[in-house]
Amino acid sequence: MRDGRVDLSHGAGGRATAQLIDEIFRPAFDNPFLDQGNDQAAFDVPGGRMVMSTDAYVISPLFFPGGDIGSLAVHGTVNDLAMSGAQPLHLAASCIIEEGFALSDLRRIADSMGRAARDAGVAIITGDTKVVERGKGDGIFITTTGIGIVPPGLELSGDCARPGDRIILSGCIGDHGVAIMSLRSNLGFETEIRSDSAALHGLVADMVRAAGSALRLMRDPTRGGLAATLNEIAQQSRVGIMIEEDAIPVREDVAAACELLGLDPLTVANEGKLIAVVAPDEADHVLGVMQAHPNGRQAALIGRIVADDQRFVQMKTSFGGGRIVDWLAGEQLPRIC
Amino acid sequence: MKHIDEYRDGALARAMAAVIADEAQPGRAYRFMEFCGGHTHAISRYGIEDLLPDNVRMIHGPGCPVCVLPIGRIDHAIRLAERGEVTLCTYADLMRVPASAGHTLLKAKAAGADIRMVYSTLDAIRIAEAEPGRQVVFFAIGFETTTPPTALAIRLARRKRLANFSVFCNHVLTPPAIRAVLDSTDVRIDGFVGPAHVSTVIGTDPYAAIAAAYRKPVVVAGFEPLDVVQAVLMLIRQINANRHEVQNQYIRAVTVEGNLIAQREMADIFERRPWFEWRGLGELALSALRLRPEYADLDAEWRFDIETVPAADNPACECGAILRGVKKPAECKLFGTVCSPDMPMGSCMVSPEGACAAHWTYGRFRDAANAGAESALV
Repeated sequence: MRDGRVDLSHGAGGRATAQLIDEIFRPAFDNPFLDQGNDQAAFDVPGGRMVMSTDAYVISPLFFPGGDIGSLAVHGTVNDLAMSGAQPLHLAASCIIEEGFALSDLRRIADSMGRAARDAGVAIITGDTKVVERGKGDGIFITTTGIGIVPPGLELSGDCARPGDRIILSGCIGDHGVAIMSLRSNLGFETEIRSDSAALHGLVADMVRAAGSALRLMRDPTRGGLAATLNEIAQQSRVGIMIEEDAIPVREDVAAACELLGLDPLTVANEGKLIAVVAPDEADHVLGVMQAHPNGRQAALIGRIVADDQRFVQMKTSFGGGRIVDWLAGEQLPRIC
Repeated sequence: MKHIDEYRDGALARAMAAVIADEAQPGRAYRFMEFCGGHTHAISRYGIEDLLPDNVRMIHGPGCPVCVLPIGRIDHAIRLAERGEVTLCTYADLMRVPASAGHTLLKAKAAGADIRMVYSTLDAIRIAEAEPGRQVVFFAIGFETTTPPTALAIRLARRKRLANFSVFCNHVLTPPAIRAVLDSTDVRIDGFVGPAHVSTVIGTDPYAAIAAAYRKPVVVAGFEPLDVVQAVLMLIRQINANRHEVQNQYIRAVTVEGNLIAQREMADIFERRPWFEWRGLGELALSALRLRPEYADLDAEWRFDIETVPAADNPACECGAILRGVKKPAECKLFGTVCSPDMPMGSCMVSPEGACAAHWTYGRFRDAANAGAESALV
């Protein structure tokens, strides 16, 4: 491990690769599967329906208030599994590292992944490491794949929303996207805005227990924000959506930053929040259960599902007028004046 | 930033709406044009028209500098950017405006042109200082709001003796555009919501001659939704009393004489072009600015051997009629079919302040209702 940097030999599959795994990944992820040292992990599967999900993490910058690419890679995939109502079982991780990447940063990221996985009650049981030449990879890219088991009888899906159902949001929106954007633009806000990156499967377990079949679907509003998620649901379920701007929790500092940057909080990415669509009779009960959980303290009822051939997501603004909440067009560009 | 709440207070809005409903005379139609794109955006984003009675309607005006820039000028900028030695600095809004053959600055950038998004003219100056081997061209657009910063950049370039900085100037003026809209007899306008930040620069004084000549009230309003609603009330009161004066609702930022220092700088550095083509309004006399001869060395139109070639809009694109307030976005055949923010055909759809983009993003759900489609609510 010369010079404190990753070089091409670390990805060649020889001694240097083994050394990298032994000295950085294995201690960080710390589980008997990795200790076996095989190219795959073998395990028994409990009965029930299995769920699988995969995601690539290419975030820049790699380190940010509230997390890093490593913890994000764990939380993101755990959450995608959790949105089906599943409890995560195991994770796999593949890393593509750029030649010249600092080993201290790699160690920091690996440790963060290990910690996030342990806190979530899962292990990263198998993985892969590749190294690409300098200039061919932006530091590090991480892909995580996860599997989980769904409780019997639970079939959540984006097409299950019905007119009359209520929509619950688990907390404040906009934190993650604003945290990242403020770092990228070198804006140096005096208030540190932290990403909300978090694993939500604990919250989900409580919700599933409380709601049973009254829970229609869950989804986490990541890239594209709440706006994208609600529009996806409207399209998949072929319904309309009505929400109230006053009911949507947004932190004051995040709202202020959005104002400065010309962003709509509804379109900003979140990494520790979820949307749940619940049958009307159980909505208040589920809301209470969510608010009792650390990841759901600011949970709020924000709207309802309606019949609408046009599948619009409509919002009553705080001001009193109406507007639609549309997908973001292309990439967010700031306004001139 | 407490003003986020105070100027958007729903209870106050409802109270004002009640006064408007009370004072708007039934059987009388009030048609007000908000000139400025920022107002168009605010009206759409907050759904302000929902608070107004049916006989009070807002017409969207041409005050979006991206929207009124003709295709030929964007083609010119793209050709500048495609010169190997040029670094074109531009505000973000211009990146996706479609020029000839659907080309855009964004596409030119993807193909290798050195085009950089900047927040301010000073960023362009910094780039010129940091990269002396590059010819840095600032793509200057905007009404009087953004003209003083361009003037400042030119002053700085002079003072620092920058040989590699120039400006491609497309600044336009507000009063001639208001007159052009009033001169086109297509649509009846009863009064104007005057632009907010343009007026911080030019003051409210320039509107007095227009109000008198055309006998239309002008109320200069701030950008917050309560500002707009208050301005509408002030306009209704003037109409009811047969008055046609200039009033200032935006007293926290606008004065009668405006920013004299900015005006002096603008007068020192720029002169009015005899003619300039405006998308949708045609050729307008003395309506746009160029650098004075003594600053020709900083003028990209002198430094580079490229001419503006006028280019026609897509014949089906109704941006022109929409910019004059003659047609509504939903009345354009391309709206929502071929033309959307993902694939804009005309500039009204690209800029968030364009009438079509604002309607698409915030208001198009009303088209279905207006067309008689049913939407059952549970």
